[in-house]
Amino acid sequence: MKKKQLVVVGSGPAGLSAAVQAAEYGVEVMLLDEHSRPGGQLFKQIHKFFGSHSHYAGMRGPDIGRLLLERAQSRGVCISLETTVWGIFQDRVLGLVSGDRTDRIQADKIILATGATENALRFPGWTLPGVMGAGAVQTMVNLHRVLPGKRFLMVGSGNVGLIVSYHLLQAGGHVVKLVEALPRISGWGVHASKLARCGVPIEVSKTVKRVCGRDRVEYAELVSVDAEWNEIPGTKERIEVDVVCVAVGLNPLSELAWIAGCGHKYIPELGGWVPRHDESLQTLVPGIYVAGDVTGIDEASTAMEEGRIAGISAAETLGCISGGAADAVRDKAYTQLAEFHQSPWGIRLEAAQRKLRAGEQDGA
Amino acid sequence: MALETGGYLSEAGAAKLPGVPSRNRMERGACAVIECAQAIPCNPCVTACPEQAISIGIPLTRLPVLAEDACTGCGLCVAICPGLAIFNIELNYDEKHSRISLPYEFYPLPAVDDPVRVLGRNGEKLCSSRILKVRTAKQFDHTAVVSFLVPKHLAMAARNIRPNRANDNE
Repeated sequence: MKKKQLVVVGSGPAGLSAAVQAAEYGVEVMLLDEHSRPGGQLFKQIHKFFGSHSHYAGMRGPDIGRLLLERAQSRGVCISLETTVWGIFQDRVLGLVSGDRTDRIQADKIILATGATENALRFPGWTLPGVMGAGAVQTMVNLHRVLPGKRFLMVGSGNVGLIVSYHLLQAGGHVVKLVEALPRISGWGVHASKLARCGVPIEVSKTVKRVCGRDRVEYAELVSVDAEWNEIPGTKERIEVDVVCVAVGLNPLSELAWIAGCGHKYIPELGGWVPRHDESLQTLVPGIYVAGDVTGIDEASTAMEEGRIAGISAAETLGCISGGAADAVRDKAYTQLAEFHQSPWGIRLEAAQRKLRAGEQDGA
Repeated sequence: MALETGGYLSEAGAAKLPGVPSRNRMERGACAVIECAQAIPCNPCVTACPEQAISIGIPLTRLPVLAEDACTGCGLCVAICPGLAIFNIELNYDEKHSRISLPYEFYPLPAVDDPVRVLGRNGEKLCSSRILKVRTAKQFDHTAVVSFLVPKHLAMAARNIRPNRANDNE
């Protein structure tokens, strides 16, 4: 059986950063991704990123992706694409499928950077062709350059809903309306403002009641809701659209952590079930680490910091870097994370993550 | 309509921001207008300014503050802001008009003299105009800066354009 010092699962911002960080200290790294292209969501995030200058601020996602890939390649990281990890067994043996070949690899350390998956929203008509996740729409538009419709309804005003709506406008789509069931917009105001000034109506306390059409989406029915999410009678409104784009949040993609027996906690602030882990991002299974959205739904910039932490922690336990030097890298990354989390939303998320990590540290 | 419920600032709300210059400063020549209103962890505008007229400090989430007397109105910050929230405005371009320069990320880019509709923060049409200038640069990274004139009373209201030929979001 093949042996590797470190296998990183997932080549998004967290996985790439983890691989680069560990490889920098001489760790032999194998980076796996089930997709045909590396980079996770970075290559479809064509907008300029927020952040500070030392952390890719103002760069567009694909440029950050290319930069991280170049760094990974120049440090000798072995990247294996179209490779699905289907299981993790005793002693960190990974089961892989690649094309029609299966394989097993024994890893000294594993970092799970598997990201997240989109939440679904169930309403009558939700299975009609034309009802799509916002992430899927973004992949079609920005990676494959296919506009999946002409008239779009966006459901959800988090940053994904706001940003994908803007990308749809840039691609020539008509975003008829963006609705949000909460009484306020969830994402950043500047992203909302870019849509508003293009004439996209953003309407809060409103949601989709049902979607209708013979064999594809032809129109959507919207209703207003009160603070308890009850439909307000007499508010029904019909809009002609051919795509209903659902952007109602993400949840951590932690099946591999479940399979490996990592132990989970349900934490609403983090998006659902997250693998329990300590401040070095190690799970309850020694030698298995987590980084990025799988530790709680957050941004690409914070995923990169977590990748650094997991990468350095793996390098440390492999004996490639001294504890003191590893602590310095971790401290710097945690300082950066704290700074990214200064917003009201970030403060709640960071508090939940800190509580989880501190609890594991004390052996709770 | 507030930023949190409608997605855009009111003109009065924008005027109170620390990145938006005073009327007095606007009267004296071109100036950056930074309509950044939330605690975003972001600071590329600080290093974009050759005059060090924009400061954020620590933490990263503080609102950008414009030192209005240091700002020369060069416009280099406009294309750099990832939130597309910085404008460059010359209130007294001529006797009747103000010049607005804003970040623009839609292809095809308009050309000089193209007729455009001028839109407000909520996308409402305010007036018609023509493109005065289109500025692109490598460091702008695919964000163009387009300039056009509006009647002076619309200087703090006009925040977007739509080329007349475009049929997006009619």
